[in-house]
Amino acid sequence: MIKVNNLSKTYNGTTVLKINDLEIPKGESFGLVGNNGAGKTTFFSLLLDLIQPSSGEIINNGVQVNTSEDWKPFTASFIDESFLIGYLTPEEYFYFIGDLRGQNKADIDVLLLKHTEFFNGEILNNKKYLRDLSKGNQKKVGIIATLIGNPQVVILDEPFANLDPTTQFRLKKIIKDLADDPNVTVLVSSHDLQHTVEVSNRIVAMHKGEVVKDIKTSAETLRELEEFFAV
Amino acid sequence: MLEWKAFFRSASFAKNLALKILMGFGVIYFAVMFVGLGVLAYYGLKDSFPDPLVIINKYLIYYFVFDLVFRLALQKMPVMNIRPLLTLPIKSATIVNFSLGKTYLSFFNTLHAFIFLPFAIVLILNGYDVVSVILWLFSIVFLLYINNFLNILLNNKDKLFILFLAITALFGASQYYEIFDVTLYTGPFYQSFFDIKWMIAVPLIVLVILYFVTFNYFKSNLYLDAGLASKHDIAKTENYAWLNQYGVMGTFLKNDIKLIKRNKRSKTTVFMSVMFLFYGLLFYGTGIEAYNSPAMHMFAGVFVSGGFLITFGQFVPSWDSSYYGLMMTQNISYRDYLNSKWWLMVIGTAVTAVVASFYLYFGIHIYMMILAGAIYNIGVNSLLVLLGGAYTKTPIDLTSTKGAFGDKKAFNIKTMLISIPQLGGPMAFYALGHYLISPNAGLLFVALAGILGLAFKNKAFDLIVKIYKNEKYAALDSYKQKSA
Repeated sequence: MIKVNNLSKTYNGTTVLKINDLEIPKGESFGLVGNNGAGKTTFFSLLLDLIQPSSGEIINNGVQVNTSEDWKPFTASFIDESFLIGYLTPEEYFYFIGDLRGQNKADIDVLLLKHTEFFNGEILNNKKYLRDLSKGNQKKVGIIATLIGNPQVVILDEPFANLDPTTQFRLKKIIKDLADDPNVTVLVSSHDLQHTVEVSNRIVAMHKGEVVKDIKTSAETLRELEEFFAV
Repeated sequence: MLEWKAFFRSASFAKNLALKILMGFGVIYFAVMFVGLGVLAYYGLKDSFPDPLVIINKYLIYYFVFDLVFRLALQKMPVMNIRPLLTLPIKSATIVNFSLGKTYLSFFNTLHAFIFLPFAIVLILNGYDVVSVILWLFSIVFLLYINNFLNILLNNKDKLFILFLAITALFGASQYYEIFDVTLYTGPFYQSFFDIKWMIAVPLIVLVILYFVTFNYFKSNLYLDAGLASKHDIAKTENYAWLNQYGVMGTFLKNDIKLIKRNKRSKTTVFMSVMFLFYGLLFYGTGIEAYNSPAMHMFAGVFVSGGFLITFGQFVPSWDSSYYGLMMTQNISYRDYLNSKWWLMVIGTAVTAVVASFYLYFGIHIYMMILAGAIYNIGVNSLLVLLGGAYTKTPIDLTSTKGAFGDKKAFNIKTMLISIPQLGGPMAFYALGHYLISPNAGLLFVALAGILGLAFKNKAFDLIVKIYKNEKYAALDSYKQKSA
């Protein structure tokens, strides 16, 4: 589904990302772990054509992301609050994304109903604009919005951060459900090793912009990762 | 110290030198203008009145009320910067004094010095009693600072400045129609600062009291959930279903309408474009000699209908800066996105052109000028403004009114060059037709240029879309820097 060739990103002579070869097959649930500055967000930004690669390219479902925009219809992402429109209510935001993804109001209402539990009564009909919601609640909105229009690639940067324990638990279920769909490729990054191990069937660890570990998830994975990061 | 860093490390400071020099000249220009106003006020009034100071004092009440209105509308207490100081080992009195102190030297206070100081000097040079003049000057300064504190105390009452404006208008009108003259009472009051030496104590005492009131008010509200809390609006979901029939463009239009309705910054912009609507009165009225030429009339014609286009359009796509990442990863084509902005400007221009029909008072030719200007705005300027926007990479903080009067960071050489034909074009076209053939031919030329622009809109859009794509990464990068 996603193929990375000789990708690198350099700022003023400092290389912040260098991935020679990485392939993420369709339907995989891909977890990206690493410390701050490891290059997780840089990689996702490159994948979404938000920054330009210094060399190499990323192919998403046969589309080279920095030359064509044809990857946009089947790719959904939530990176940070800059993916939310502060002056809209959550409902308006969902309908807006729905309009862009060819979904009508009824489709969206069905999706929102399905995730009532995840919202925990704090999102819908609350007479608040997105800018006035707490960080955790903003995140909930952003994550659910990526599910609109049945995307084939879902990219979530640090989805567990800022969420309360109950919501983290519910989010894990949502991501697992997504991962079970053989047509959906899920990419999740996190600082939290345990969460990532639970929702991913493959984990890549990054350090200083390079891939240092690439493992299929098994009973051993968490221990192996913990050993690696315990310095 | 902290504030200095915020100033020097803001994005604007790293602008190129040439532009800074240019801006420096601008500041000097305005300073000289104000000094000139202060000096000329004396000699100008001397011709018709025996004592200019009496006349100045007579109308000072309006000056002060307008000053207060302006402050209420524009000068804000920078409370947000205080938040990180709360938990540091600094006395809360120091924090309050620090943030109050910041307002003392603000533009809203220093500006007046450029008028009153030269005026006072001219008074002394013309033989007024030195001590009295100085006492009068200081009384004025105290009164201005009283306004400063009043503004801080009244800052959270949003609608208040409209009330003040209404009262001023009422006084002004009743004075004009000789029903009730407020200056008969206030004039002698201000004059007394000059005539009676101890009168300076009055504003001084009021000022000191106000300082303590403000200080205590602030200190008791120095909590995150009191004075420092950010205000939340009550939100209502709106669907605007009638826009659905316009497809993707309708989706964007819906968003843009909400953008304008729900954010302070954009509301200020709309307010400004209404002001532009009346800008033409200066030109078509008989008041100012220099404005009374055909080319200048056309200049105003473009401005009257183009207020919204200019004030809103110059910041496309910056309006969407806080969520530009979303826009760039969603299923959106640049063309649809820009097209909806274009339509919004066209609608705005058309509506203002209709509202501007009160200019018919100045004759049919003047209104035809405004209509020709509107056609030019729709056909040519809308495209130029979008083109300029591609190079304007200023992030906009939608929730603050700061910078609505032209953001210095938004200026760059490219946008400036693009803005020349926006006004110069119609002026030249009109002058050409006016002097070579007839005034009506001038109108025709301007309108034709607009229609020509409209005809080539698709071609121009191809080019603009290409430029936006090229500028995408740079825009995303600079939008990440929140405006300082």
